[in-house]
Parts: sequence; structure tokens; C-alpha cells
Amino acid sequence: MTIRTDGVAGPVPETAPAILAARDLRVEFRGRGERAVARAVDGVDLDVRAGEIVALVGESGCGKTTLARTLLGLERPTAGQVTFEGRPLGHRARELKAYRRRVQLVLQDPNGSLNPRHTVYDAVAEGLRIHHGTTADERERVAAALSRAGLRPPERFFLRYPHEMSGGQRQRVVIAGALVLDPEVIVADEPVASLDASVRGEILDLLLRLRDDLGLSALVVTHDLGLAWNIADRVAVMYLGRIVEVGSVEEVLTAPRHPYTRALLSVLPEGRTGEPIILTGEPPDPTRIPGGCRFHARCQVLASGEAERAGIAERCRTEDPGILSAVPVAQVACHHATGQDGRGSPG
Amino acid sequence: MNYLEVNDLTVTYRTQGGPLPAVRGVDLTVEPGSKLGIAGESGCGKSTVALALLRLLPKSAVLGGRVLLDGEDVLTMKWGRLRAVRWAGASIVFQGAMHALNAVHRIGDQIAEPILLHGGVTRAEAARRAGELLEQVGLPAARAAAYPHELSGGQRQRVMIAMALACEPRLIVADEPTTALDVMIQAQILRLIDRLIGDHGISMVMISHDLSVLADTCDRLAVMYAGRVVEEGPAAEVFAAPRHPYGQALGAAFPRIGDPASRRNPRGLPGDPPDPAALPSGCSFRPRCGVAEERCAHVDPTLWPAGPGRRAACVRVLDGTVEAPAARTAPETAVEETR
Amino acid sequence: MSTTEPAATPEPRPAPRSPGPVDGPEGATASPRRLARQRRRRALARFWRDYRANRAGLFGLAGLALFVLVALAAPWLVQPADLSVTRAPGLPYQPPSLDYPLGTDNFGRSVLDLVIWGSRVSLLVGFLATLVSVTLGALIGIIAGHFGGATGTVLMRVTDWFLVLPTLVLAIALATVLSRSVFTIILAIGVTAWPTTARLVRAQTLAVEARPYIERARALGGGHLHIMMRHVLPNVMPLVLAQTTLLVASSIIMESTLAFLGLGDPTTVSWGGVLQDARNAGAVSSGVWWYLLPPGLAIALVALSFTLCGRALEGVLNPRLRDRS
Repeated sequence: MTIRTDGVAGPVPETAPAILAARDLRVEFRGRGERAVARAVDGVDLDVRAGEIVALVGESGCGKTTLARTLLGLERPTAGQVTFEGRPLGHRARELKAYRRRVQLVLQDPNGSLNPRHTVYDAVAEGLRIHHGTTADERERVAAALSRAGLRPPERFFLRYPHEMSGGQRQRVVIAGALVLDPEVIVADEPVASLDASVRGEILDLLLRLRDDLGLSALVVTHDLGLAWNIADRVAVMYLGRIVEVGSVEEVLTAPRHPYTRALLSVLPEGRTGEPIILTGEPPDPTRIPGGCRFHARCQVLASGEAERAGIAERCRTEDPGILSAVPVAQVACHHATGQDGRGSPG
Repeated sequence: MNYLEVNDLTVTYRTQGGPLPAVRGVDLTVEPGSKLGIAGESGCGKSTVALALLRLLPKSAVLGGRVLLDGEDVLTMKWGRLRAVRWAGASIVFQGAMHALNAVHRIGDQIAEPILLHGGVTRAEAARRAGELLEQVGLPAARAAAYPHELSGGQRQRVMIAMALACEPRLIVADEPTTALDVMIQAQILRLIDRLIGDHGISMVMISHDLSVLADTCDRLAVMYAGRVVEEGPAAEVFAAPRHPYGQALGAAFPRIGDPASRRNPRGLPGDPPDPAALPSGCSFRPRCGVAEERCAHVDPTLWPAGPGRRAACVRVLDGTVEAPAARTAPETAVEETR
Repeated sequence: MSTTEPAATPEPRPAPRSPGPVDGPEGATASPRRLARQRRRRALARFWRDYRANRAGLFGLAGLALFVLVALAAPWLVQPADLSVTRAPGLPYQPPSLDYPLGTDNFGRSVLDLVIWGSRVSLLVGFLATLVSVTLGALIGIIAGHFGGATGTVLMRVTDWFLVLPTLVLAIALATVLSRSVFTIILAIGVTAWPTTARLVRAQTLAVEARPYIERARALGGGHLHIMMRHVLPNVMPLVLAQTTLLVASSIIMESTLAFLGLGDPTTVSWGGVLQDARNAGAVSSGVWWYLLPPGLAIALVALSFTLCGRALEGVLNPRLRDRS
């Protein structure tokens, strides 16, 4: 494996230690029928380093939300572990509570993630009250969090109820509620998917500025590659429970190597170049992950016979390309791509 | 001859808090076989326009203006005629495919229902036709026996399209047809719509908040803001070089991957759309406009020529194209000229 | 247009329903506690405005207020000595007159006095029995809904078991086994009436638990107690409140039924007890309608008042019903 150093450097040095990491993480769900096991997350290594924004991209059902929930300790991994600052995450109530002061969640739907019976003040103060009880400086801290989230002057919003605000403002309240505990990492699950296009940019801008001003790390789960281009430093593309390509945003999005990433990028309507690669069908069920490369049944490289010509078609069908490691270099889990340029094969 | 012609359409909802103007004078035209996209934020009135085209609005809505479908005014049509038009003349594809399909009926029966009602055919003939339609939208005919919950989101959207095609309409109104779908499924559906429309020579009005999807699919594009069309023209041009500041902001919200200008620089539009019950004076976009001038508070611009086949409702466009006539009266004549 | 100005959040449009929070010096200087008080006051005002719009609810409230006032003022309205069987002030079976507006019973006691005095026990039993059953029901419902799994299943099985037991039979059994007192009646009603509340609260709890804000609270580090107290309880409270008012009505009827069946405390006067006395004294066959009618009407009216209030509350507090109007 050759380590690339020619990628466009992000604001975080590649040697910085991971603050939040997944190691060979697996999460399985068993349905009622007992026999079908859904491998929602099927072996993932991923690092989020201090001050870094990582975008986890994939279609619905690829396991990206399960992975995010597991990183937050909301789901228990079947195997593998989550580490925070190098220490494995414990799942006892007290350990989780301490952990959740430092890693915060922002959900997709700001309408649903605020209790309709709580005012903005209550919603933002909730985290403080959970961890510190009612403190004397509560009001100042709530006001500071609101203004950091762009709701100014904060006092004006204290008594509002969620239904009295616009979608963008609600999402800012959710973000303020996460910021009030001075977390180190924010995990955002589709933070702008339910917002209008005009508001989308505003919220992304806020996330980007929080990183710049507070050094916050973020894992942003999304199906939107444009979002990754807008704010992320690194991007990981997930397919059927596994990361199939990872690297800096510039590397992955401007020179994609995995056929799946290439297809995803080719169908984006904005600024299209070249013929769109429209994959047929939909991703298989996570209870029936195909053998060999999990993408081979829909792979356009295999279908076009290109893999055959390169002499790797058999490997595609039978040999699992393996799990990409968490080292901060561009990697791809594809026999064809790694065979072609001989770089970045998984370790 | 335009297949669809909307003249000065107004829709006002009667509410407890007084009348709420949702659509304030919209003109649209769709030529046979062409595709018109309507873009805008939620609450801009684009879905209301879509529903008004087939008079599907609730009773509390008061309509004004004309909606000419093949020369006939939908708004004054008799009930029986309207029913016929809703199937054979124009049909609608909704965004929430799960809720628009009846959960307790097999999808084949749901597709066959309008054919039975309008076609005067036998049950077996209708079922055969339903199977055909499923094949056309890329589902095996055998799936006709499935219930909606057994299908994925993309498959349900395909069923919706099959239903819309059932009575061979000449116009399809698609309201956010791909909003809840993943990019790959969205691409599949858009390509399907594109192919079917080309094959059958159908016209289409497509509503979306996603300017890039519309630019990619449609021939012409209309951008709506606060109940009015503020910019209109050939889709590619409106997306690539919008003239109205709102069109510019909306376009910039969708980054082009590889474009260094949008890298680590997300762009949006501050603020919220105005409350339809309390619109600002002058240009309704003024409070959020980055280039608003003093005169924008006094002039309420209407659509004005902004290049070949293009119109935009902004006083700055007015300056660039015509020697400053009185802004209030001039645009009416201008509208005539562009037709 | 680039958005480099962070504070670019303009004043949002006013909310359609409420006038929106008042800004100004009080908003800027108030402590959180004062803010909370302010907020509660405002919520209450809004609640009252919605409630006032319901005419039937206002009638119910007025009737309720009347009964409660009478019950509270009973010691001043009635001489307890006049309720004594041996030293009754009037003659037996006097029809309504100026001295005895509702006539007298078989001992010569004023029926009006009996009804006024009886309201105390009837309302007390109604309220306390409801409190017992609603507390029990809400607790079990929330716990079953929140924890689910084995805990939830076991709790719900117990609930179902109580639900299918004939309430009256169980109450009669309890009232016979335990000593005869008002509190036995309260316990008997309370223990038998909770399963419906539990079912209702559990269903609502499950609905609330599926909302994303529960996930957010959990991700913030909130434990079971936090989620149940801060999120689930406030969201099931409206339901519980409406259920309470409806239950009070049925509790009062239940109390009357038990007293009428002779299971009440014979030393106290209650509406059901008066009815039973009337029946025992043969008031039905001898046509002494003024002995039977007033307690019966009192029961019906009080139950009606509570039901009207309950329905109105349900309409105001359940947004889904409210939005439909």
C-alpha cells in the first residue's frame, strides 16, 4: 500500500489523532423471524479527528444512520468498538452520560426533534439541566449558545415555541441545544435534508463556522454529495453497511475511483459532465448482502465487461475487497480500481 | 398554440385571520410536448398553482384568472367535464407516493380503476392494460398483485407515474416527484419520466424546490416567490445565469461539485419568505435582497423582458433592457410583446 | 450571495395563533425562573381563551363550581343535628313546602339538607378515587410504554386482566371484604378504574417515544427518569387530565351504585345512600317522588358537568381535535 501525500491538505494535519473512531464496527439486527440477520453496519473503520468535518455519504438503507447512532452510543455494536479520545466507549449508564456531554447529536427533522411543549429556552437548557442541574449561569449559557447558533438577540427567542419559528430557526435551536454543553464532536444526521434550499446554505455555513471558531469536529451523515463538497474535509462513501471509498473531499469527489461513487456523482443534475451512469434497481436488503464485492451485482464496470478484460471479474464475484482502514489517505474497496492504479488497497 | 395557458391566476385562501393570497397573478404557457418547471421555496405558492391547474384546491380557496387547457377554461368548467379532463386531459403525480396510494388495494387494481371508469372496457382488458403500464414504468407486470407497502419508495413513485399515464393524458402535473428519493432512484425516475413524455408526446408541468433537477429535466423554468413568478425563461439559461437576485440565490444554493467557489463556502439566502398576509411594500423580495435599492420600496416590479425568451421581475433588469419608462405601467405592455 | 454575516436572522413572521413573545426590558433582564413563570402564565391564558370558546364546557364548569361551592359551604347551610334520624326537625314524608323545599324523608329530615350534605361524600369519593386510579393508570401506562420489552408485557397483561374483570363485581367484593368506610369505597373504585387510563397512557407514551425529540434527549444524556418526566409526562398530561374529568363522573356514579347496593358507610350521608334509604323506605311504591328525585338528579347533573368539562378539555388539549375545528 502506498500512502498518498499529494492530496489537497485540509485544515487538519493528517497526523492528528482521532477524537472519535470506529474499529471494525458491526451492528446486526435480528428480525422476529430469527433467521434473517440484517447486517446494517458490516465492518467499518472510521476516524473523526479533532477539528475535522467528515461527511458520511450513502443512499437510504446503507447503514449510515445506524453507524452514526452507534457512534453516539444509541445503538450497541454487535462487534468491534467505538473509541473516544483513544478510550473504548463503555455502555454503562454513567459512562454513556459522561460521553454524551462531549458528543452531541443534530437530527434531520427540526420539527420533530424539538418537544412542541418546550420553549426554546427549555430546549436549549435541557442538556445543561441533565448534566449540571439548574445552575446560576444557566441563562447566560443558553443565551451564548443561541447567539453562537445565529439566533440573535437570544432573549427574543427564549419564550418561543417551536411552532412559532421557521424550519431554519428550529434547526438553529437544535444546534444551540447541542452547543450549550461545549461538546467536542457533533454528529449531524441529514442536518439540512428537510430544509428549503435557501436555508440549507445558512445552516451549513453555521456548521462550518463552528468548526472554524470553536474547533468542533463533526460527522455529517448525508445522502447529498453537494453538502460534502460545501463543508466537509473528508468524505466516506458507504454502500450496504461498509465504507467503499474514503479520502479527502477533493480526491473522492473530483476523482472518484469506486464505480459506485462514480455513478453517484454522474447522476447529480447540477453541472453535469459526461453521460450519467444510472445503476439499475435498488441496493439489496442488508439481510442479503451479496458475496464477493458487495456492489458487484450492480457494478457498471463488471456489467460492461471491463472487469472481464482486466481479468478480475472472478475476484469481483467471489473475493471480498475487505475493510478500508482508518488511516487518513484515499482508499477504495474495489478490485478494479486498486488493480488499475495499484494504490490505496485496504491493509 | 399552447396546450396549457394560465392567465393572471390568483388563489386566495379564506382563513380565520382574513384572506391569504397564495398566488398573486401568475401567467404560464406550456406548448404541446414541452416541459415547464416551477421552482421556489416552500410557501411560495408553487404547489397551489399545480393544484389550481386541475381545480383540486380546497373549498376555502378563491380562484381568479383563467386556466386554459386546450382552449377550455378549467376554472369555469362544469363538474362532469372537469372529471373527464382530470383523467384524459391532465393528470397529477404527487410527492408523497405512500399516502397517495390506497394501502388496502392492490396496485394493479388502483391503476386499472380509472381505465375502467373512463375507458368503457372490460375488467380483463383494464387489468391487461395495467400490466402494460407497469412494464412501461419498469416494473414487472406480475407486481400488479402487490400492495403499496410491499414496494420501495422508488417503486411506489413508478406506480404513481403508471397511474398518471393510465388514461393517456396530454399533460402531466408532477408535484415534487422525486423529493423523498435517493439520488440514484431520483435519476432513474427522472429518466423514466423523460422517456415516457418523449414517447407519448405529453406536456409536463413539474414542481420542485430543487432548481438543479428542474434545469436538468425541463425546457422552460419559472421561479416563484411570494405567490408570483419572478423569473422565467429557457431552463438551462435561467439556471446558469439567473437575472433575478432570488433566482441567483436559489441557484447558488446547489453547489457544483468541483467548483472551487463553492468549496467550503455554502451559500444560502438569509431570512424567511414573507408572510402572505403581510407582504412588504414595493418588491416583495426586498427584505432579503442583497442588492435592494431605495426605489425597490416603492416599485412593485412585474415580469419584464430580460433577454431573448426571458423575463424577470426586478427593477435592475428593467434598467438594463429598456430606457426607463414608468415602472408601474410599462410592464403590462411588455408582457404583450413577449407573447 | 454569500452569507458571512452570522446574525442574519431577521424577525420571523408572527405566529398565526399566539401574538408571540413580548420583547423588551422584562425579557432582557428576567431570570430563568421568572421567565418560566411568565411563560406558564401565558400558556394558561391561551388555554383559558381556547376553553372559553367551548360553550358546553363553560356550562359544565359553572355546574361544577356550583356543586363544589355547595359541598364546601355545607356546614354553614345545614345543621348537622338536623340530619339525625332520632331528632329530625320535620314530620315524615312531607311534600315540598317553604320550610322544606324538597320535602322530608321517612324520618322527617329535610331532603334538601340530605342532598347538600351528601354532595360532600360524593364529590370527595369521586375526586379521591379518580386520583388513585389516574395516578396508578398513568404510572403503569408510562412505565409499560417507556420500557417495553418484558416489563411492558407483564404490566400490560396485568392491565388486561383488570380490564376484563367486571368492575362492579370486583368493587363489591372489595367493599365487602374490607371494613365499611368511605376509604374502602375510594380504594375499591380506584383499584378497578385504572386499566383504561393505563391503556390510553401507554398508547400515547408509545407515540411520544417514537418522536425524534426523545432520541435527541437520549443523545443529550437524559436517563429514563428524565425522558419520562420531562418529555413523556407533559405530553400525556392533557390526555390524563381529560381522562380524569371523565373518570370523576363515573366514580361518582360508581360510589352511588355501591352505596345504593348497601355497601357504603352507613354512618355517612351520600347521594347513593339517600337513594338506598328511599328505596328501603318504600318511596318508590308510595309515590314519594321528592325523596327519590333530588339525589338522582344531583348525581346526573354532577356527572354531566364533569363530562362536559372533560370533553371541552379534550378538545382544547388535544391538538389533533383542535386543528380540525
